[in-house]
Amino acid sequence: MIPNLNNLPSYDTLGVMERVDRFCKRSIKNTSKVEGLKLALSMIDLTTLEGKDTPGKVKQLCYKAMHLHENLNNIPTVAAICVYPTYVKIAKNELKGSDIQVASVATAFPSGQSSLATKLMDTKFAVEQGADEIDMVISRGEFLAGQYNFVFDEIAAIKEACGEAHLKVILETGELDTLDNVRKASEIAMYAGADFIKTSTGKIQPAATMPVTYVMLDAIKDFYLKTGKMIGMKPAGGISTSKIALQYLVMLNEVLGERWMDKNYFRFGASSLANDILMQLVKSETGFYQSSNYFSKD
Amino acid sequence: MTKISDKNIFTASWSYDKALESTDHVYIKDQYELFVNGDFIKPVEGKYFNTVNPATNKVISRVAEASAADVDMAVMAAKKAFKKWSALSGKERGKYIFRIARLIQERAKEFAVIESLDGGKPIRESRDIDIPLAANHFFYYAGWADKLSYAFPNRKPSPVGVAGQIIPWNFPLLMAAWKLAPALATGNTVVLKPAETTPLTALKLAEIIKESGIPDGVVNIITGAGQTGAALVEHPYIDKIAFTGSTAVGKFIKNAIAGTSKRLTLELGGKGANIIFEDAAIDQAVEGIVNAIFFNQGHVCCAGSRLFVQESVADLVIDKLKQRMNSLMVGDPLDKNTDIGAINSKKQLETIESYIRIGKDEGGEIYQPKCKVPKEGNWCPPTLFLNVSQSHRIVQEEIFGPVLAIQTFRTIDEVIEKANNTPFGLSAGVWTDKGAKIFHLTQKLNAGVVWANTFNKFDATSPFGGYKESGFGREGGLHGLKPYVKFD
Amino acid sequence: MSRLDIHKTYKLYIGGKFPRTESGRYFPITDKKANVIANMCLASRKDFRNAVVVARNSQNAWASTSALNKGQILYRIAEMLEGRKEQFIKEIENQGSTRKRAIKEVEAAIDRLVYYAGWSDKYQQIFSAVNPVSSAHFNFSAPEPMGVVSIIAPEEHGLLGLVSAVAPALVGGNTVVVLASGTLPLCSISFAEVLHSSDVPAGVVNILTGDKKELIPHMASHMDVNAIIYCGKDADEIKKISQLSSNNLKRNIFYKKTDWFNEHTQSPYFIEKTQEIKTTWHPTKI
Repeated sequence: MIPNLNNLPSYDTLGVMERVDRFCKRSIKNTSKVEGLKLALSMIDLTTLEGKDTPGKVKQLCYKAMHLHENLNNIPTVAAICVYPTYVKIAKNELKGSDIQVASVATAFPSGQSSLATKLMDTKFAVEQGADEIDMVISRGEFLAGQYNFVFDEIAAIKEACGEAHLKVILETGELDTLDNVRKASEIAMYAGADFIKTSTGKIQPAATMPVTYVMLDAIKDFYLKTGKMIGMKPAGGISTSKIALQYLVMLNEVLGERWMDKNYFRFGASSLANDILMQLVKSETGFYQSSNYFSKD
Repeated sequence: MTKISDKNIFTASWSYDKALESTDHVYIKDQYELFVNGDFIKPVEGKYFNTVNPATNKVISRVAEASAADVDMAVMAAKKAFKKWSALSGKERGKYIFRIARLIQERAKEFAVIESLDGGKPIRESRDIDIPLAANHFFYYAGWADKLSYAFPNRKPSPVGVAGQIIPWNFPLLMAAWKLAPALATGNTVVLKPAETTPLTALKLAEIIKESGIPDGVVNIITGAGQTGAALVEHPYIDKIAFTGSTAVGKFIKNAIAGTSKRLTLELGGKGANIIFEDAAIDQAVEGIVNAIFFNQGHVCCAGSRLFVQESVADLVIDKLKQRMNSLMVGDPLDKNTDIGAINSKKQLETIESYIRIGKDEGGEIYQPKCKVPKEGNWCPPTLFLNVSQSHRIVQEEIFGPVLAIQTFRTIDEVIEKANNTPFGLSAGVWTDKGAKIFHLTQKLNAGVVWANTFNKFDATSPFGGYKESGFGREGGLHGLKPYVKFD
Repeated sequence: MSRLDIHKTYKLYIGGKFPRTESGRYFPITDKKANVIANMCLASRKDFRNAVVVARNSQNAWASTSALNKGQILYRIAEMLEGRKEQFIKEIENQGSTRKRAIKEVEAAIDRLVYYAGWSDKYQQIFSAVNPVSSAHFNFSAPEPMGVVSIIAPEEHGLLGLVSAVAPALVGGNTVVVLASGTLPLCSISFAEVLHSSDVPAGVVNILTGDKKELIPHMASHMDVNAIIYCGKDADEIKKISQLSSNNLKRNIFYKKTDWFNEHTQSPYFIEKTQEIKTTWHPTKI
């Protein structure tokens, strides 16, 4: 049932930015830093979504996912690989034996400008190929035109097509204009059946930002209080350094707390972040600043 | 619906290691003298007193106690320096003040660390708020020095003479900047007395004053307690007094100088009303409540210490507030992650604790999150009192600590009346999404500073000061020049 | 054997870079003894066009920079110029001045920058108003920068004249394209180096050297320039500027004074002339 969108809280942008600034000023050091870095690593959806992707590229990425850095012990694997539907089968094959999930984008990613029939077919194909998770995009045009029922119904339909697969709903916050809209879109997605709400496709600027993430975490909090259901969250795009990832974790820690500090409820959509975290972990162990030459790029 | 705060569903699990700001590069002498006439001189009676780190109660340094004779020397030095200083072109005067601003910026970290050590405020606040605001204040007023002919239509301003300035312990360096900058820019000379529990950053500022090359005697900084202050106020060659502190002492000063031609500005206490309407951005309003009363441990004259929340959203706001308070970190001021630092002195802690007892005795419902605090030092957890009214003492009297009194209201007229129902009039806050409501309230609230959808925001360009018993005169902005000039 | 020094190449300053003129042309500057001291770029209309593009692209961000920041940047320019004093004194001397007058000019230029740095967060306070309208509205008027301003710098006093025309427009949030003095252009390009090391964002100040007659028509007619400042007394040039500005109602600001040392050649009104006034209304009735 589409929720009542008239009573949603409003957000003061400057106030949100100031709260975010407080999170960014936390200083994470020593053991707590290493803990945070490892947690962040375990939450990464290692991503390749390029027009020029090939089977070779995807295979290499999968190998990297399973062999992050041979010189480091006791590091977790990433949470998932995220690819286009045509590579789900290959990825599933390469990742056999690990517990790394295969997430596939679908629904005419990234624009979503296509018929429902096409989007359903896109989703079903990915699921049949073996996808564990589906990252869909909402129809931003309909949303901005106030067609909230349309947006809701579309998500519900895709959720059904997902079957056992988990559904992440990409709001494309960079196109939603205001924080109040981000809240509204989050609300629609959660009530329509999203398992995760996700900020961005990573194909436009701005991608994930801390203020929109804050609003989405706040939406998740209120949804839990109303329904008892935990929804996950995934910021994607622009999170390229450990420092930024840790700031997001601080925010997650202080807004939603311990039960969400887990890859089942929080993911980072990133590609170069993994290596930066590995470099930071090696620096923590050895005391020396690292060079990217010593970390495989796949 | 589940209450956010009761069941601790959203408890933070990841605890942060201590992230202590380093103190290696910070130079604090064992003993400080008085800064008079461009030099550091020993006090005539040879008396000193200790200044203590309120987080550990350990002595950091000892500073000179200025006797009446020392005060006299300082005032005479300022008087002597006045002729040349006021005759200097505004352009050249401004350059000295720009230098002070730049020097503070260069030594910012050192100032921030000393401020936190001496006063107890979190390093995050001294580093990000106090010190930058202080540098900016000098920067702003430096620019006015050669532009005064534009500041007062149809009037030719000239300096008042020698200003005696007494500042409090809650924002030591910032208050020194608020006093010195406009006074110097307009051509006055100064004798400044910092608070006895927080003299160090003022004394470091004296080092900068010397380094800037400002002529001897233009700025004099003398340390001491109440008696030093009284001697300064009563000195016959002081032309103008600027005092920031308690309302009681402010009244005393006004009385003491009655009948003299001394000019006076006062910036005194407050019991600010912070008003949350049902149509506010509630999440940010809750953050605003926290910033209003827990910033700087509530040691803020303009703190939003009386919360008025519209009854229809009271449960929601209070619930969210409690949960937010649960994540505030009380502890070592030098830990970069500390949100609430040490209470400035044993004496102040006793005052706060006594009010907390009064609040309980009066029947207020108290809420304090469980906080882990260090064994040594002066600590007070963030505190709420619910179900209180305008008739409770803790709602009427300034506590000057992290203690918030919460009342509900139903209509706009009701809250305006209650907000104004106080002898104080320094600040107020209004939280609502509706523009017309903002303007209606800002027009009706009797306070010198009204914050809409924000709180505790300060800027060198923005005039600050009170109505009624919160004092008179403004600091900051164009209006902040007025106390330091006279017109032919 | 005495050491041979490396002569400076004087280029243009556009978009935070030092390109040569796209036209490849030059004009020589000689000293009192008719020796060539430098070959200046003879800027073309295309250089001007390119400068306007970068000035436009950087204007929003510059206008949104806080007043505090702008003031600190102008103060920094003064710091950098003070540090390079000797270089400028020599350049001014080389172009035919006495050392005494050169020192006076450089010091006046530095002090003028500090002067305008100080206005950055104050001119709003003296030129704004809260208007007591008779309806229940909160009404306020405040200045806003005009946008992109083309400036024809004074002929005399190659450094002080330039600074006097540029600083107020700059501190008021405008971005500028300046045509330097034709007879005393050296300091303008050296000044560009000072700007470059002072945290002034790329494109905010652009400096061209060239021929007034050739460039004035373009500086006055460009449809994406919001205002033009002309320093000089030539009646024909003034008329031409007024006429050509009509095509987009470009604001015209004429400074006929030539003694830039006079204290009347600095005031907040130089800033005010580069500002529009915006008035905003909001109801106050609940």
